[in-house]
Amino acid sequence: MSFFLNQLVIGVQIGSQYVMVALGLTLIFGILDISHFAHGHLYMIGAYLLYIVMVLGGINYWLALIICMAVLAVAGVVVERTVYRPLRGTPQINTFIAAIGLILMLETLVRGIQPKALSVPKPIDTTLRFAGITMEAQRLIVIVGAIVLIVLLQLFIKRTRLGTAIEAVAQDREGASLVGINVNRISALTFAIATSLAAAAAVLMAPLAFISPEMGSMLILKAFVIVVIGGLGSIKGAIVGGYLLGILEAMAIAYISSAYKDVFAFAVLILILAIRPTGLFRGRE
Amino acid sequence: MMKKFTKPGLYLLLLGLAVAFPWLKFIGVDKYQIRIMTLAMAWAIAALSLNLILGYTGQASLAQGAFMGIGAYSFGILAQRAGLNFWLALPLACLITAFIGLLVGLPSLRTKGPYFAIVTLCFNVIVFKVFENWTWLSGGIQGQVVPQPAFLVQRWARYYFVLGCLVLVLVVMHFIVKSLLGVTLMSIRSNENLAEAVGINTFRNKLLSFVVSCFIVGLAGSLLAIENGQLDFTITSYLYSFYILIYVLIGGAATLAGPVVGAIGLYWLLDYMKKVGIKGVEEFRYLIFGLILILVVIYLPRGVVGGTKQFWEWAKTRFKKKKTGEVLE
Repeated sequence: MSFFLNQLVIGVQIGSQYVMVALGLTLIFGILDISHFAHGHLYMIGAYLLYIVMVLGGINYWLALIICMAVLAVAGVVVERTVYRPLRGTPQINTFIAAIGLILMLETLVRGIQPKALSVPKPIDTTLRFAGITMEAQRLIVIVGAIVLIVLLQLFIKRTRLGTAIEAVAQDREGASLVGINVNRISALTFAIATSLAAAAAVLMAPLAFISPEMGSMLILKAFVIVVIGGLGSIKGAIVGGYLLGILEAMAIAYISSAYKDVFAFAVLILILAIRPTGLFRGRE
Repeated sequence: MMKKFTKPGLYLLLLGLAVAFPWLKFIGVDKYQIRIMTLAMAWAIAALSLNLILGYTGQASLAQGAFMGIGAYSFGILAQRAGLNFWLALPLACLITAFIGLLVGLPSLRTKGPYFAIVTLCFNVIVFKVFENWTWLSGGIQGQVVPQPAFLVQRWARYYFVLGCLVLVLVVMHFIVKSLLGVTLMSIRSNENLAEAVGINTFRNKLLSFVVSCFIVGLAGSLLAIENGQLDFTITSYLYSFYILIYVLIGGAATLAGPVVGAIGLYWLLDYMKKVGIKGVEEFRYLIFGLILILVVIYLPRGVVGGTKQFWEWAKTRFKKKKTGEVLE
């Protein structure tokens, strides 16, 4: 039983990471129609930035978290302005190609400068024991951090004018611009939010794993799976899908096979879409 | 009148150049360049296969890398482990690829647009993981030896064989595009609901296009395997799906020449950057490649061939207008 509970906690923690990345992606992919495949690589940049700020710069972990989120928010806006905005109105597959170009650039750049995998020290290096569950403190930090960010995002979207504007653009871009919403600004804002969420995920996850130039590739594939299962543009879908996938994966590693752990996510997606071609939750068509 | 005359002429000229290529020693064509060209043409066949399903049918399949790997491994296993004759193993490998394409297409083609792209990409990752972990199938890190039949041992013989296959695939594509099937596929691309409404069985036609595309990419994979003489699981990587997609879109989707131009041009470019020998370029060549991708997609959204065609049409109408304008005045 305690083995099962431990796996469940690990699943929720993996899921927290997925949710943070998938939330940003569902905003960009579902709302702005951009297949932002480089999202995972911006996540990777976030982890390297943490290494620079915290290990090389000697700055406190929590301050580094805020610095990384802020810098990556700016990076997200820059990416939107220089790469995706000139492509607005062209077929979606073109944004996909541009994203692959961006992936190649970011990965080559990082690998050219630092080819070795790096590790980041844990801010609180203790092990917690509670009711048969044994876990590193960092796992709890990831889980709690994700919940805080999700709640903040929900509050922002439901309670502020800017958040409502994002929702308006999601529902009807032309209608939104007709009532005076600056779609360009909303688009940049969406990128800033999404990329800083990815940076937060990277900073929270970095002490638990090595950071390497290709760390974002598998993650972004899974985030796409979550976004599609959850329904394009559906925030609720991304949250539920992310946690479900994390738990499913932890269970698959524990009870079936760790070599094929990445296969389950993709097999489940194919199965779900074969039965329901537009995803589990009602997203945007 | 002029156009009718020049178009076949241009094609014949290009074909003549391709045939003469291995003999052009005086401009520095050596063994290595023949090999690069052979590989580039095999990639061009793969790009043509994607062009059928993506360019003409409008379904963005991101599993071409997986199917290429399946074709390559089918050929390698049939020819080496089962010891089949070359002329039996090659079509059989393509047929196996097409059959797996049928099995994958049946559920995945029910989805549309980005959903289809993601589903096929997921299939590709699954295939990659299976080949990576199932060493009996893929031969693990040592890989799978691929035998070269006696008549393909020579480098130039392989070059001409792949060139012949490329021309054959181009001719087949030409007839598909000009036939009723081609028109049907393009009608699905422009408006699937409308095509359905006028009585086209869109699902069956999409499936047919997908299966044919898998057959062709299986051929491309087998040719790559023959040229390399050996295989490992990395050939099924989804990165190759991305590369094939890049070749098609940079060259120009929905044109016959585009994928060929894109594949051969970009394959050469990458190899050239590798050979230049400047230390920085070798390490950072994908940085430049990525930048080129972004720039082309922004400034030449219809690809190199599509863009050239557009420019040609624009120049022609402008030239004609001036002429007729003068007459009218």
